[in-house]
Amino acid sequence: MSLIMLSSPHAHGGDSIRMIMLTVILALVPAAGMSVYLFGWMAVLLIVTCMLTALMTEAICLKWMGRPVSTLLDNSAALTGLFLALTLPAATPWWMAVLGSVFAIVLGKQLYGGLGYNIFNPALSARVILLISFPLNMTTWIMPMSASMGSIEPVINLYDFTTCATLFFAGPGALQLGLDAISMASPLGYIKTEATLGVPVAEALDAYGYSYLDAFLGFEAGSTGETSALALLIGGIFLLARHSITWHIPFSYIVTVLLLAGLFNALNPDQFATPMFHLFAGGLILCAFFMATDPVSSPVTPLGQVVFGVGCGVITWSIRTWGGYPEGAMFAVLLMNCAVPLIDHYFRPRVYGHKRRNES
Amino acid sequence: MPAMVRKLAQRLGMLQHSFVGGVHPNMHKLTADVAIEECDIAPVHVLPMKQHIGEICSPLVAVGDLVLRGQKIARSEGYLSVPVHAPTSGRVVKIEEHTIPHPSGMGLPSIFIESDGDDKSDESIAPISDWINTDPTQLRERARKCGLAGLGGAVFPTFIKLVQDKRFPIETVILNGIECEPYLTNDHRLMLEHAEEILEGMAIIMHMVGADSGIIAVEDNKQNAADSMQQALDARSDMDGVVVHVLPTRYPQGSEKQLIYTLTGREVPAGKLPMHIGVLSQNIGTTKALFDAVMLGKPLTERTVTVSGDALAKPSNLLVRLGTPVRSLFARQGLDDFSGIQIVHGGPMMGERLKNPDFPVVKSSTGLLAMSLQAMKAAHTVEQPCIRCGHCSEACPISLVPNLLADQCRSDQFEKAAQYDLFDCIECGACSYVCPSNIPLVHYFRYGKGQLALQRREDSFAEASRKRSETRDARIEREKAEKAARRSQVRKTHAPKTDEAKAETDAETKTGGEAGVADSKATESKD
Ligand code: SF4
Ligand code: SF4
Repeated sequence: MSLIMLSSPHAHGGDSIRMIMLTVILALVPAAGMSVYLFGWMAVLLIVTCMLTALMTEAICLKWMGRPVSTLLDNSAALTGLFLALTLPAATPWWMAVLGSVFAIVLGKQLYGGLGYNIFNPALSARVILLISFPLNMTTWIMPMSASMGSIEPVINLYDFTTCATLFFAGPGALQLGLDAISMASPLGYIKTEATLGVPVAEALDAYGYSYLDAFLGFEAGSTGETSALALLIGGIFLLARHSITWHIPFSYIVTVLLLAGLFNALNPDQFATPMFHLFAGGLILCAFFMATDPVSSPVTPLGQVVFGVGCGVITWSIRTWGGYPEGAMFAVLLMNCAVPLIDHYFRPRVYGHKRRNES
Repeated sequence: MPAMVRKLAQRLGMLQHSFVGGVHPNMHKLTADVAIEECDIAPVHVLPMKQHIGEICSPLVAVGDLVLRGQKIARSEGYLSVPVHAPTSGRVVKIEEHTIPHPSGMGLPSIFIESDGDDKSDESIAPISDWINTDPTQLRERARKCGLAGLGGAVFPTFIKLVQDKRFPIETVILNGIECEPYLTNDHRLMLEHAEEILEGMAIIMHMVGADSGIIAVEDNKQNAADSMQQALDARSDMDGVVVHVLPTRYPQGSEKQLIYTLTGREVPAGKLPMHIGVLSQNIGTTKALFDAVMLGKPLTERTVTVSGDALAKPSNLLVRLGTPVRSLFARQGLDDFSGIQIVHGGPMMGERLKNPDFPVVKSSTGLLAMSLQAMKAAHTVEQPCIRCGHCSEACPISLVPNLLADQCRSDQFEKAAQYDLFDCIECGACSYVCPSNIPLVHYFRYGKGQLALQRREDSFAEASRKRSETRDARIEREKAEKAARRSQVRKTHAPKTDEAKAETDAETKTGGEAGVADSKATESKD
């Protein structure tokens, strides 16, 4: 300790893990607010459950491993809970939310040795475990309130606390409803199914009642926090402005998806959706600005981050277009997470005074 | 700005070059408007025998000797070294070890001079006012004789850099007036108060190395210093090749390699010196000292020091004789009680932290800071795990990946760290400064460099002893063959065997003995 204390520098910029995590939580406020507007009490219940469970699990883990429980104050567990909630469908039952949060903290983070040591984004890995374990629940999207979805009227009132609490804690059976009665397909899922029937993309979207404006604002089926591109972009720009993230990952990620989508859409518009559709669909913006930029599981060097972003973009678009799942953003980020050590090794910047990048 | 865009813009001449990374610490230049005050002469001065990078000096005086100001009191032993001079007239009272400004609190043999109050100077060194018609080698000898070493803190013997080498002609002389460390303002004040002398010093340097062009670099947080230099420049007709450049304030702009890149767009290749790309940079204080040495015949016996810090009521810039006890300087500025106060020698980014103020002002003393415990705590709180945020990579002016290097040093993978260019780290501290987890990255790098140097020394020792044992094996083989030859001639068998055994034990004791020496060396360098 005393040795460390004597080493320069003797000044510090004042950044802390706590502030970094808090900034991201603040940046998610617009998206969280939008999710409450769209999904009413369902969103509130989901977010609160996930965050509380994540915090409690983290506290237990810390206690059990003999680390100071005050580490909780670094806000990283709260952020993981919030992340998870925003990626879950609004109709997720309470126990799945709890399970997911426990997974995120225990399997996604503490098993690797705690904050800083995990390879994968904890929230995303939990989300994928849930998707694999409960594929039906994880792809059932309830209709958002205030959706300007043509003639479809929401079956249940999400602004009514009792209804939502019943749905959340007791399941749709308690409301004498089938799950499918309150749900609808997401645009990505819809065009995927229609594509297998040979329906051209544009026609399918017409039949769906798709509008770019709705998708941009968030009046669309999808996970709790990922539908509103607008709200997420506000948060993303806040992060960029606060210098919490750099442009490298979101920019290269989104541009890659846009380029690929644009290229293929130009070649065959019947089979491939437009770049704009891809941009606003699913979890792309959430993943690009918030998930892929998770410091722990992304590369540290600027060039490495660009490579990482491009990789995420290629995988996202490929899964959406050719894969078995309608959405590929989460898988893309997780897959690229595996590649981070390699990327960090091979895409180090050129060191001052050296001719080339060191290969070693 | 994206690096690619910036490079393109630079190519098109739309932008100045600028080094990568860097940070913007709070500058705390409390003393920017405080004129340099001359300090009273202390009753006793302590002159450590090594105040430069290189070999230690040996005393030329004995206890009881009377000395004059500027008299050489210690002689350099070896090339990479400069002598030490008496800072005032008086008597040598003792020669013994005394603490120097080093974080380990180590000491060095030092000469103690009790001032007689007369401050009489030794006039034996004549001014060379006609330097323009003087042979550069003679001026170089003057710089060495006067004990000049880089006063920016690195204290590299100045004369070594002031050389004309036909293979590497110097085209550009850079006068480094950046002073990018927080708190420090002594170069700033020198530029305001002694612009003419500094400029004359620069002219001498350009004459010595045969350069036609020069750049005076000043950060834009001291525009008045740049103006002052420009004014002095305008008043001269013989320095047409010199321009003043005002650069945006960013730490570590003043670091030699970064400054050279910013000004010329060229990098000093790894393992090379600025002179290899035709550049020479000198610090403001050193240039002024060169002026004093050449034009006034004055050896280096004083320097300007910024005495500051958040715990000091009366910060100032002082002209101080070398060897002055630091405690008395703080006392002069109204600080006597050091409880809860931390002392930093140099600037907060690269300076050394010391336990107490019981050390003398030396040639490397750019600043003396009294910092409150709170201010220091911000920099030295408990280390948290690395969250791989990449802020350190972004801040590194050398484009290293500090978090990877720290990992490697921490897990003793020193060779790997060396492959990741650990030795290119300039220890500027920008990475530690931005790290949200408060990881003492620079500390790990120093540790890693130290361990690696040690390991390499051991390796070369192992190599040497391997060679030795090979020669021994060869000799034994040869002897055996000879014996066998003798045996076949003389049919007596017992004598040779003992010989052989003896040779073996001899060789072993030798190896063992030297291993012991190497071990003790190892511990030495760890301290
Ligand atoms: S700044 Fe600190 S926490 Fe961030 S990557 Fe570097 S070492 Fe890790
Ligand atoms: S101390 Fe070394 S690693 Fe850290 S920023 Fe400076 S040069 Fe880079």
